[in-house]
Amino acid sequence: MNTVTGTPPAVDSAGERTAATPAQKTGPQPAESTTRPSRLLLALRAFMRDRMAAVAAGILILTIAVALFAPILSPYDPTIGDSERRLEGLGSAGHLLGLDGQGRDILSRLIWGTRYSLSVAVFPVLIVLPIALLIGLIAGYLKGRVGATLMRLLDVLFAFPLVLLAIALAAVLGAGFGNVMLAISISLIPYLARVAYTSTVQESSREYVEAARAGGARTPEILFKELLPNVVSPLLVYATTLCGLMVVLAAGLSFLGVGIIPPTPDWGIMTADGASVLLEGYAHVATIPGFAILVVALSFNLLGDGVRDALDPRKQTT
Amino acid sequence: MLEIKHLSVDFHTDGGVVHAVKDVSTTVGEGEIRGLVGESGSGKSVTSMTILGLLGTRRAKVSSGEILLNGTNLLKMSQKELVKIRGRQIGLVSQNALSALDPSFTIGSQMIEVIRLHQKLSKSDAYEEAVRSLERVGMPDPPQKLRAYQHQLSGGQRQRVVIAMALAARPKLLLADEPTTALDATVQKQILDLLLEINRDLGTAILMVTHDFGVVSHMCDSVTVMRKGRVVEQGSADQVLKAPEHPYTQSLISSVPKLHLDDTARTVPRAERRLHVFQEA
Amino acid sequence: MPSDKFLEVIDLRKVFSVSGGFRNKSADVVAVDDISFSIRKGETWGLIGESGSGKTTTGRMILGLEHVTSGHIVVDGHETTNLTGERMRKMRQKVQVVFQDSGSAFNPRLPVGPQVGAPLRRFKLCDAKEATRRVLELLEKVGLDESHYDRYIHEFSGGQRQRLGIARALTTDPEFLVLDEPTAALDVSVQAQVLNLLKDIQEERDLTMLLITHHLALVEHMCASAGVLYNGRFAEQGPVDQLLHNPQSEVTKKLLDAVLEPKAA
Repeated sequence: MNTVTGTPPAVDSAGERTAATPAQKTGPQPAESTTRPSRLLLALRAFMRDRMAAVAAGILILTIAVALFAPILSPYDPTIGDSERRLEGLGSAGHLLGLDGQGRDILSRLIWGTRYSLSVAVFPVLIVLPIALLIGLIAGYLKGRVGATLMRLLDVLFAFPLVLLAIALAAVLGAGFGNVMLAISISLIPYLARVAYTSTVQESSREYVEAARAGGARTPEILFKELLPNVVSPLLVYATTLCGLMVVLAAGLSFLGVGIIPPTPDWGIMTADGASVLLEGYAHVATIPGFAILVVALSFNLLGDGVRDALDPRKQTT
Repeated sequence: MLEIKHLSVDFHTDGGVVHAVKDVSTTVGEGEIRGLVGESGSGKSVTSMTILGLLGTRRAKVSSGEILLNGTNLLKMSQKELVKIRGRQIGLVSQNALSALDPSFTIGSQMIEVIRLHQKLSKSDAYEEAVRSLERVGMPDPPQKLRAYQHQLSGGQRQRVVIAMALAARPKLLLADEPTTALDATVQKQILDLLLEINRDLGTAILMVTHDFGVVSHMCDSVTVMRKGRVVEQGSADQVLKAPEHPYTQSLISSVPKLHLDDTARTVPRAERRLHVFQEA
Repeated sequence: MPSDKFLEVIDLRKVFSVSGGFRNKSADVVAVDDISFSIRKGETWGLIGESGSGKTTTGRMILGLEHVTSGHIVVDGHETTNLTGERMRKMRQKVQVVFQDSGSAFNPRLPVGPQVGAPLRRFKLCDAKEATRRVLELLEKVGLDESHYDRYIHEFSGGQRQRLGIARALTTDPEFLVLDEPTAALDVSVQAQVLNLLKDIQEERDLTMLLITHHLALVEHMCASAGVLYNGRFAEQGPVDQLLHNPQSEVTKKLLDAVLEPKAA
């Protein structure tokens, strides 16, 4: 005798097996939304769910604000020093963060320094991003001779350690803010292009690309309409972490005396200046800009995870 | 031997609480093969995973019920105690053999590890046992297979290895969660026949989670049909298949395209044949 | 000469050369070994085989997604073997495909509506507004809702995804549909709905269909004729009533033997 239990529930929506690989975890299926907020809003919500990324974003926004409003915020001229009060420590009269070896206000230099640090971190990456994307997409999808040649050319650039290449280029191009940015930009191309390339290769073998071909799509459409949205996401995430690295790289370059000319307030130079007085017992001159570099670089790194979540359509649930 | 009593499992998601399993009760007797049948979302996999405490996510909670293995409530056991049950008293054959086997180690090293986990044997004795157990599951040339890596084996062969490993400690009960879904039909029949053999020769009971009534008719003594977390019908396989009482069971059986049609169905021209779709009363 | 044959496959062959190092001819894999078959207009033909039989490769060659090593594919009287460029694209209007896993056959980062309508845009069959209208019409036809136009593929269940795949295949009003295991990943009740939908559509539009599957009951349900592929060759082919109920080859018999079905009530 069979036992029949339970009354059928009121609404029928026959359970369906999602077309997923057998390794999918057992559990509830995603709920369907009835009214949809805009994509931007969903992306922001997904981003905010990563607490660390949200904090990092806050810090970066603050840093950008400081950079923009530097003239208003900075209490003193960052390039003029009061040599009689040199090396005064934290909390001295009128100078919250003290003065450096040449009597210049550290807080003012820190504030003005945000402009240079942020620019050198962000602009090269922004400039190189579309170039690297294009190279990666073409080389990754077309492969063959075009792809192989492109990647071999990049390998030449790859062969040089990033820092050395940046230094060499900066030395060749000469000192100056713009040249440093150019040097860093060129050094970055192979790294970003490589990420775009591997991502493209991976996506090219996916079924939706074939479906597009079967639906009559030509190569440009496949590159820019189908592949690009899927490649740009991992590339953007990589780029944000790269920005963090660039903050450190740029500071390192100016620490070594490459690029930025004194008395330009730049965190790298400030650290270099501070290094020379470290042994005399004055720690604040080097540590404060060092700490700023750390905070900004770390914020960029933590931002990357949030960006990845924000761009993932699967995470964009209401 | 295994009694599931009024089991309810909830998942706490961002969108609210999902009642994946609602008041489910069923049993597996000694040496019995019971089919647990349902579509996706029916709660069948969640039920079988809960037996071994393998739900794997902190958001899953058993809100009520008991799972008794020979009288002891598994749900009240600590992880340490459950580890002793897993493998030794209850074995698991999962759907995806790929995820059960480590691609970086040879089959042999993994089997020997499992065997030595459950029996105090030296490495060479464990090797002999591994060879014997591969023979028992019908694997050709066991010594060669033991030297091989997971990717060098076919899907069916991998599943045989998984079954051999699940049997290493002679468990009384095997949980088989859709073990043949990813396999070709001919291989599927071989694996199912192997499980039947094991049931016959070793007396191992089997809880077979599946969506396929064909599998049920081939090997199950009894069947429990689930829908949306609840048990809809259960009884002996013969009875339920011959005379299903619940409309959902009836439609599950009749909605599938059939190879062997009865004479009335055969007279309908192919272009006009349609399958029955379950409508809520 | 008019023929009621819509698709003709003649001595089709596909060899995958194993790359790397020295070219060792004996290491080449013959996936499809000189097969021939034909499908009549309006008919559904079943290409049966287990994995490794070459059935998927054959389907891909017919769709122009895989280069043909040798042999001919003739669609509606026109030779379509290894077409390139514009002529290939024209062929794609007439010959469409429903993939096994529509979940991965749709771009995860684009909304599904425009993807369903993409063929219309590519072949310039109508303007953008008209394209959207047609897509909405098709969505309803396959049992979906207008609101689904802007959604992303991951928001849909398995059955809905397959319906989207079917809708996309029908956008250009094709004459021939290749279906590769269209219901393999679906639940029983959903499978029934999708199969009924396919039959309705075929009746309405007089579609010719090639069904690639290993599921014999599905062939019995859907196909008038079929062929059993084994190791790249046909073990047997013919009308389904003959093939499945009076099989001649060992391969077919083994496949039939492996079918597990509850005895008819």
